[in-house]
Amino acid sequence: MTDDVILQVKDLKTYFKLDEGLLKAVDGVSFDLRKGETLGIVGESGSGKSVTNLAVMKLIPVPPGRIAGGEVLFQGKDLLKMPDDEIRTIRGNKISMIFQDPMTSLNPFLRISTQMIETIVLHQGMNKKDAKDKSIEMLKLAGIPSPEKRIDSYPHQFSGGMRQRVMIAMALSCNPEVLIADEPTTALDVTIQAQILELIKDLTARLGTAVILITHSLGVVAGMCDNINVMYAGRIVERGTADEIFGDPKHPYTQGLIKSVPRLDKATQQRLFSIKGQPPNVINLPDCCPFYPRCDRALDICKIKYPATAELSKGRNVACWLYSEGK
Amino acid sequence: MNDNNLLEVRGLKMHFPTHQGFLWNRKKGFIYAVDGVDFSIRKGETLGLVGESGCGKSTTLRAIAQLYKPTAGEVVLKGQELTKASKQDLLAARKNMQVVFQDPYASLNPRMTTGSIIAEPLRIFKQRGLLDISDKEMDARAEQLMERVGLSRFFKNRYPHEFSGGQRQRIGIARALALKPELVLCDEPVSALDVSIQAQILNLFKDLQEEFGLTYLFIAHDLSVIQYISDRVAVMYLGVIVETAKSSELYKSPMHPYTQALLSAAPIPDPKIERKRQRIILTGDVPSPDKARTGCYFYDRCSKRMDKCRDNLPRLKDSGPDHQVACFLYHEPD
Ligand SMILES: Nc1ncnc2c1ncn2[C@@H]1O[C@H](COP(=O)(O)OP(=O)(O)OP(=O)(O)O)[C@@H](O)[C@H]1O
Ligand SMILES: Nc1ncnc2c1ncn2[C@@H]1O[C@H](COP(=O)(O)OP(=O)(O)OP(=O)(O)O)[C@@H](O)[C@H]1O
Ligand SMILES: [Mg+2]
Ligand SMILES: [Mg+2]
Repeated sequence: MTDDVILQVKDLKTYFKLDEGLLKAVDGVSFDLRKGETLGIVGESGSGKSVTNLAVMKLIPVPPGRIAGGEVLFQGKDLLKMPDDEIRTIRGNKISMIFQDPMTSLNPFLRISTQMIETIVLHQGMNKKDAKDKSIEMLKLAGIPSPEKRIDSYPHQFSGGMRQRVMIAMALSCNPEVLIADEPTTALDVTIQAQILELIKDLTARLGTAVILITHSLGVVAGMCDNINVMYAGRIVERGTADEIFGDPKHPYTQGLIKSVPRLDKATQQRLFSIKGQPPNVINLPDCCPFYPRCDRALDICKIKYPATAELSKGRNVACWLYSEGK
Repeated sequence: MNDNNLLEVRGLKMHFPTHQGFLWNRKKGFIYAVDGVDFSIRKGETLGLVGESGCGKSTTLRAIAQLYKPTAGEVVLKGQELTKASKQDLLAARKNMQVVFQDPYASLNPRMTTGSIIAEPLRIFKQRGLLDISDKEMDARAEQLMERVGLSRFFKNRYPHEFSGGQRQRIGIARALALKPELVLCDEPVSALDVSIQAQILNLFKDLQEEFGLTYLFIAHDLSVIQYISDRVAVMYLGVIVETAKSSELYKSPMHPYTQALLSAAPIPDPKIERKRQRIILTGDVPSPDKARTGCYFYDRCSKRMDKCRDNLPRLKDSGPDHQVACFLYHEPD
């Protein structure tokens, strides 16, 4: 069972040193990713989902950022200790990433064709002609109409969703072993979203690619993921299978999250439920549960100590004093 | 112009010239991004705009905001035709019409602090003598707006790159609200937000609407968000509007085959339901917007297509109370 684990993140910490103080964007995140598994990461905006995955790929800007601790084992080797030139052969190849912001990975001054061909030539050693054919084929799979005509466009000539699909096409073109997809479909309409998600599912089925899927769309998570990590203020506060998280959420934050979703299959609500209060200011956060000011069920201990993680059953964890021993 | 309409868009077209190939075999063509769009938005109403990625939603919005010079058509805001307005008149009109952009990364100046980004519209109007406000008031207003969209005012000296995607989106929303506009054009304003903050922001949009009688054009891909926020919905496909209806009506009885496919593809946040869902999968190639068309734009992918759809262009026609559709299943070609 454990030898199926392809990526193992252990106690990962990533801090940013800002004028106002120390921002612990990721503070002790651990999880395993197995071959063929699709792992969802959901959680509040600013909770550290993107930073976690940037840290996994060693892409944190230093300074102000710093990986303050932890290990990221890929096929047994710690990526964080790897020299830069070695990690570059893995990044964008064995582990590929779809970034939340298409413009960070697309150069606005280069044609889309140039950028795609370059990546494919670099990682797969194809010649330029084949790489161009491959690029066109991938764009077609990603639902870009007449890709052969439009591949020579510049990024600003594409719509938001089209740019996102260019990145998806690039990320999938190298048949990765691990795919990290950060909000891959936010800019897409639901029909194309369904098509892209099928592409990702196909990759998992065909090659056993393991996928980390970060998304705010709980509908997408419900349809795609085997397991789910819920993050809040830099930590994983709950994990379980998709059925467990949706059917029986335990952490008060997860419960609030699931209640806040507007749903097509239910009658229109007058007003959406939203978790009271503001997202926490994670700078110089004391050792309390960061959710307690917004929590209806907070206990006294929540204000003074971060809860130990309670294991409810195998692979089903929650970090909340309501479930922890020794309150 | 109907007095109840804050905005009227008539025959709006936006064609982008394209070049292909190099020097000697250079060909010129067009992307017909928006190809004849008509709609109006009543005062205090929210019109949702949905449609396939690349179908021209953002371009429509930008052409309305006069960020692009439309190829053809009219944009009438409060009785004033904007496509022919002078620079000065346009600037004054901007006070009533603000935009929340789709891409929170590209639309925020990386060298400005959050506080000054949010106060920027105020500053510009002050410089041009269109607004009387002190620096202190401006500062206070920026802080107030930050709190309103759920950002601590302690962040006002931070730069955009120091924020997460969702936090940046909220900066953009705060900036759009700074001038207290009557019409806010929103391009995917909540798609970068997690659902609990999304709920807060959607409720905020609704509260502001009640408080100040705001009017919204609201683009989103999430159909449940559109259902929640919109009074009426317009469905766009390849540069044209194919169906508009009252929100409740559209979700209950979608008429256009594209709308039907769209609704069936919306994911539902429940793994048990998701595993059992039947979707209408669209087959056929997505047509490219670089050809001028004579028949129905959806022809290639439509499961209900008929011969007459190939050579005749369906136009939006009344097909029920407050429900219009452009499809020959419901009316004959002219
Ligand atoms: N380069 C940076 N410099 C300073 N702070 C940063 C930087 N990048 C991220 N942060 C901070 O780290 C925290 C986590 O950010 P991250 O981007 O991981 O959030 P996220 O969970 O992906 O949110 P979203 O859902 O909005 O994308 C945030 O508070 C953010 O402001
Ligand atoms: N500046 C431009 N130059 C050339 N073509 C453009 C330009 N801007 C947009 N287009 C094209 O116009 C079409 C419509 O783009 P638009 O951005 O309006 O789509 P959209 O409906 O907003 O899509 P999305 O949902 O993906 O954001 C696309 O085919 C796009 O490539
Ligand atoms: Mg993120
Ligand atoms: Mg757009």
